Amino acid sequence: MLLRFLKQDKAATSLLGCVALVALVVPLCNLLTPAESLLHFSAYSVSIMGKYLTFALLGLSLDLVWGYCGILALGQGAFFALGGYAMGMYLMRQIGNRGVYGNPSLPDFMVFLNWTELPWYWYGLEHFWFAALLVVLVPGLLAFVFGWLAFRSRVTGVYLSIITQALTYALLLAFFRNEMGFGGNNGLTDFKEILGFNIQSEAVRACLLMASGIVLILAFLVSRWVIQSKLGRVVTAIRDQEMRVRFLGYRVEHFKLWVFVFSAMLAGIAGALYVPQVGIINPSEFAPLNSLEIVIWVAIGGRGTLYGGIVGAVLVNYAKTLLTGWMPEIWLFFLGTTFILVTVLLPDGLLGFWGRRLREQKQ
Amino acid sequence: MNEVVLKSGEVDTSHGPILYLEDVSVSFDGFRALNKLSLYIDAGELRCLIGPNGAGKTTLMDVITGKTRPDTGSVYFGQMINLLKMDEPAIAEAGICRKFQKPSVFETLTVYENLELALATNKKVWPTLLAKLNGQQRDCIDRVLETIGLVEHRLHLAGILSHGQKQWLEIGMLLMQEPKVMLVDEPVAGMTHQEVERTAQLLLSLQGERSIIVVEHDMEFVRSIANRVTVLHEGSVLTEGSMDEVQNDPRVIQVYLGD
Repeated sequence: MLLRFLKQDKAATSLLGCVALVALVVPLCNLLTPAESLLHFSAYSVSIMGKYLTFALLGLSLDLVWGYCGILALGQGAFFALGGYAMGMYLMRQIGNRGVYGNPSLPDFMVFLNWTELPWYWYGLEHFWFAALLVVLVPGLLAFVFGWLAFRSRVTGVYLSIITQALTYALLLAFFRNEMGFGGNNGLTDFKEILGFNIQSEAVRACLLMASGIVLILAFLVSRWVIQSKLGRVVTAIRDQEMRVRFLGYRVEHFKLWVFVFSAMLAGIAGALYVPQVGIINPSEFAPLNSLEIVIWVAIGGRGTLYGGIVGAVLVNYAKTLLTGWMPEIWLFFLGTTFILVTVLLPDGLLGFWGRRLREQKQ
Repeated sequence: MNEVVLKSGEVDTSHGPILYLEDVSVSFDGFRALNKLSLYIDAGELRCLIGPNGAGKTTLMDVITGKTRPDTGSVYFGQMINLLKMDEPAIAEAGICRKFQKPSVFETLTVYENLELALATNKKVWPTLLAKLNGQQRDCIDRVLETIGLVEHRLHLAGILSHGQKQWLEIGMLLMQEPKVMLVDEPVAGMTHQEVERTAQLLLSLQGERSIIVVEHDMEFVRSIANRVTVLHEGSVLTEGSMDEVQNDPRVIQVYLGD
């Protein structure tokens, strides 16, 4: 089945090939070649590539809800951050007594706050499997409750977008508070080990990059399967004519909810892969601006294509790395201008434009 | 009184009518779109609804399909099913389907996919995710494609069809849903003369097994299909009867021509 798919869809195959190549070659060249070699990738490149791949997964998740279901969700960053926090909590528990205060069960920030006991919601997070479960369950549950209320009341369009912004902003404020027990302003950091391996070591970083690549490829294949199923067609129909779909006998709110929850889970996984590679998670990940940026990635890449989210995320973030290193003050102007230009000149994004050109040439 | 045993999914039409509307009133911001309207549609009947603009024809369809809740009155499907307690998908599942005034097909999907979505089958989320067309369902789609004359367009996007073809596709989507009652709002708007004739034949061939309510302004078309016509005026039924009776009714003439 996979082989047939690879033959049928050249664009997807080449994109996945690139992802696989990056996820394989970069870490291998980093580990196997000497530092002075031309083929060598620095540890910095490894972690930055890993970061791009997690953003690509995040872009993919937004493309599902926005590009296919027509829900302009401006709070996708919240699900990403929640997944990240679940992973961060696991990594905090792995520190054990190696923290500054040497407390075997309490993370440093809790000792600092004079807490004597671990809050109940930190229980079980010393187990990787449990953390991995929460990485998908917590964003999924939040999306389920939020989506159930919103879609059932038929909140749509710009109103829904504003509520999702409010959601991520509310979480930002909540996670800033020290009493919440998530490290407040500073968040969770100073991680030591993941699954018993030193998180700083080059081999672990290489593995994390490979894991990000594999997860991205799997997520793409599953998303594609969903989009090409009948459910995918119902969802596209909802995007174009929601009312009509109801009169065909489909419960529109259930379909939207399914896609919204699925996408939130993907975003959560992206966050969980992001945190060990950047070494920190703090409340700024909930910033409304972050969620807006994800929308820009997808708009630039081309929504409703699945590749668009991936390509847009990588391109924009590569530009961000370059520009913020070179002239940090112009980055937001650049991003804003690009977004406006793409919206006006290439409403289907880069890939949409490219796809149309190819089709025209064929004809 | 005889006890009638119903299988699930069946509509009790033992008293004749399949659709009962009684004393239905709807107002929007003080405007009375429907005013104590009562209407009965028999099982298997083809009924035409006519009336000047603003008479309440589309609002009536909105009430039957659950899009608009009436302020007062009752709407029953058969003897037992209270439509006012159901939402749009539930009413559609029960067997009342609707073609809209403006052709509403999914333009970014192909003709075939449009029909596939309308297919009468389990429409819950998980079964839809795993749905695969079986041979019988494929035959069903092929049959409908033939009926609506879009066989050679099956793989084209619905968006590129002509206006008349979109109307046909939407009628095809209704057929796919295997409804008991079809509400058809202006089916021949934008159609050529031949297309109008074919639509008339199609609707005539469907009466008997389904009840059909047609709203149409094209009087020639109405004359060619109707045996019973209901005239709406200012939200209530003005008169009911055969086309000839209705056309010669002085009240109808006055409503249409003015003073």
